[in-house]
Amino acid sequence: MHESFWQKLLKFYLPLALFIIFLLFPFYWMFNTSLKPMKELYNLKLNPFYIHSPTLANIKTLFFDTIFFRWMYNTFFVAILSTVISLGASLLAAYAIQRLKFKTSGPTGLAIFFGYLIPPTILFIPLATIIFDLRLWDSLWSLVLTYPTFLIPFCTWLLMGYFKSIPKEMEECAMIDGASRLRVFWRIVIPLSLPGIFSAGIFAFTLSWNEFLYALAFISSTESKTVPIGLVTELVRGDVYHWGPLMTGALLASVPVALVYSFFVEHYVAGLTGALKE
Amino acid sequence: MENRNFLGFLLVFPAEAILLIFLAYPFVLGLWLGFTDTVIGRKGEFIGFANYASLLQDSTFWLATYNTFLYTIVAVFFKALLGFMLAIVLNRDFKAKGLMRAIILLPWIIPTALSAIAFWWLYDSTFSAISWTLMKTSLMSHRIDFLGDPTNARLSLIVANVWRGIPFFTIGLLAGLQTIDPTLYEAAAIDGAGSWKRFRRITLPLILPLMAVITTFSTIWTFGDFQLVWVITKGGPANATHLFGTLSFQRAIPGGHFGEGAAISNFILPILVICVLATFKFLRRED
Repeated sequence: MHESFWQKLLKFYLPLALFIIFLLFPFYWMFNTSLKPMKELYNLKLNPFYIHSPTLANIKTLFFDTIFFRWMYNTFFVAILSTVISLGASLLAAYAIQRLKFKTSGPTGLAIFFGYLIPPTILFIPLATIIFDLRLWDSLWSLVLTYPTFLIPFCTWLLMGYFKSIPKEMEECAMIDGASRLRVFWRIVIPLSLPGIFSAGIFAFTLSWNEFLYALAFISSTESKTVPIGLVTELVRGDVYHWGPLMTGALLASVPVALVYSFFVEHYVAGLTGALKE
Repeated sequence: MENRNFLGFLLVFPAEAILLIFLAYPFVLGLWLGFTDTVIGRKGEFIGFANYASLLQDSTFWLATYNTFLYTIVAVFFKALLGFMLAIVLNRDFKAKGLMRAIILLPWIIPTALSAIAFWWLYDSTFSAISWTLMKTSLMSHRIDFLGDPTNARLSLIVANVWRGIPFFTIGLLAGLQTIDPTLYEAAAIDGAGSWKRFRRITLPLILPLMAVITTFSTIWTFGDFQLVWVITKGGPANATHLFGTLSFQRAIPGGHFGEGAAISNFILPILVICVLATFKFLRRED
C-alpha cells in the first residue's frame, strides 16, 4: 500500500512525535532541574525550559550533604541478593512444574501465578507485623526476604514459558544415555535457557530496584534507606523542598536501571511479552 | 514415579517455603488483622466487624473509595486507549523501530517514585512549567493550582498514572499486533474492505484476548496503587486524594493502627477476585 508523505506525516510521524514528547518530558524535566541553581528555579521571569546558568551545586549537595551513596549501596545490596535468591528458587520450581509433571504440579503452578496478582498494598501491614516479630524491623534483610514474594511468582512464570520452548527430546536422549535428571538439568536445560534466565534476572533486578512500599514501611533509619525512600523522605523537610538535589538524585538513581535495561532491552521486551502470552 | 513426585517436591520446596511464609501467611494474617484492634507493638484482640463498621461511618474512607474507583476506571481506560493507539502507530516497519520501542518503555522501567518526583515539581503551585507555558501563550490568565484543589489533584494523579502505564499496554499489544498474519489484511483489502472495516473485523477481534489480559493486570495494579499518590500528594489536600492503599498506609504505619489499616486494604480483595475470575472466564471462552 502506497502512502504519500502527507499521509505518513499525519498517520505516523505526528502521533509518534507527540507520544515521544509526552513520555520523555518528565525525564527532560529532571535533567533540566538538576542543572539549575536555586535562584533560577525560583525566578518566574526566566524561561524554565532553558538552563540559563548551569551549575553542579545540586550534585554537590546531594553527594556531600546527604548519604546518597549509602542509599545507592543499600538498594544494590537488596536488589542483587533478592534477585539471586528469587532466581535460584524460581529456576528449580519452574523446571519441576513444567517438566517433571509431578502429582500437584498443575495446582502448584496456578498457586504461584496467583501469588503474582496479589498487590503489595494488601500484604504490607501483615508483613510489617511478621517483620516486627522476626526482629528485622529497620533492617535491609526485611527487604531481601520480602521482595522474593513478588519476584518468585514472576520469574517462575517467565521461566516456565521458557522451559516449554526447549525440546523435550534433548533431555530424553541424554537420560537414555544414562545421565541423571539433575545432571540433565544442570548440563542441558540451564545452558539452553540462559537467555530466559537472563531476562528473568534483569526483570527481577529492576523490580526490586523500583520497589517503594515495603521499603517505606519497614525501614525508618536514614542510613538503612533505599534510594527512592531516601530521596522522598530526606530531601523534603516540612515545607522545604530541595528540588535541585531531589531531581539530581532521581536522575542518578534511575541510571543503573536505565543502563541494565538499555543493554538488554531485547531480553526485557522478550520477557515482558513472553510473560503476557503465557 | 514416586521418585518423580519426590524430586518435584524437593525442587519446588525453596520457592514454596518463601511464598508460604511471606505471601500466603501474611495474606491470611491480613484477613485476621482486619477483625482485630492490633496497634503497632501490641497483639490485638478479636473485635469482630468493629473496624469495618467504623470505616463505613468514616467520610475519609468513603472519599478514598470514590477516589480509588475513579482513579482506576479513568486511568485504565486512557492507558488502554493511548497505549493501543501508540501500538498501532508503531506497528509498521521503520528504521529506528528498536530504538523507539526502547525509549517508549522508559516510563515503565524508571522507578515510579523517582518519576513521581518530577511530576510533583511539574505540578508545583507557583513554579510549574505547565502553568508558565499556558500563561505565556495566553491560554490561561492565572496559574493552575494542580495539587491544592481536590479535583485538579485527582486529575493530575491520573495523568501521571497514565503516563507511567502507557508503555506496558503499547509493548504488550505491539507484540500481539505483530503476530497477526498480514495476508488477512491483504485478502480483506482485495475483498474491498476499507481500513476501518479491516481494523474492526480483523485487528480488534484478534487483539481482544491479549487486551483483556493486559487490562486485568493494569486494573489490579492501578486499584492497589500506592507510590504515585504517596509521593505526589500524600493523600492531600486534606485527605481528598487518598486511595485504599495510601489511606491504609497512613492509618497503619505512621498512625500505628494495624487492624484498621488492614481492614482498609482488604477492600481491595473483592476487585482482585472479580478481575481474576473475569480473565479466567474470558480466556476459557477464547480457547
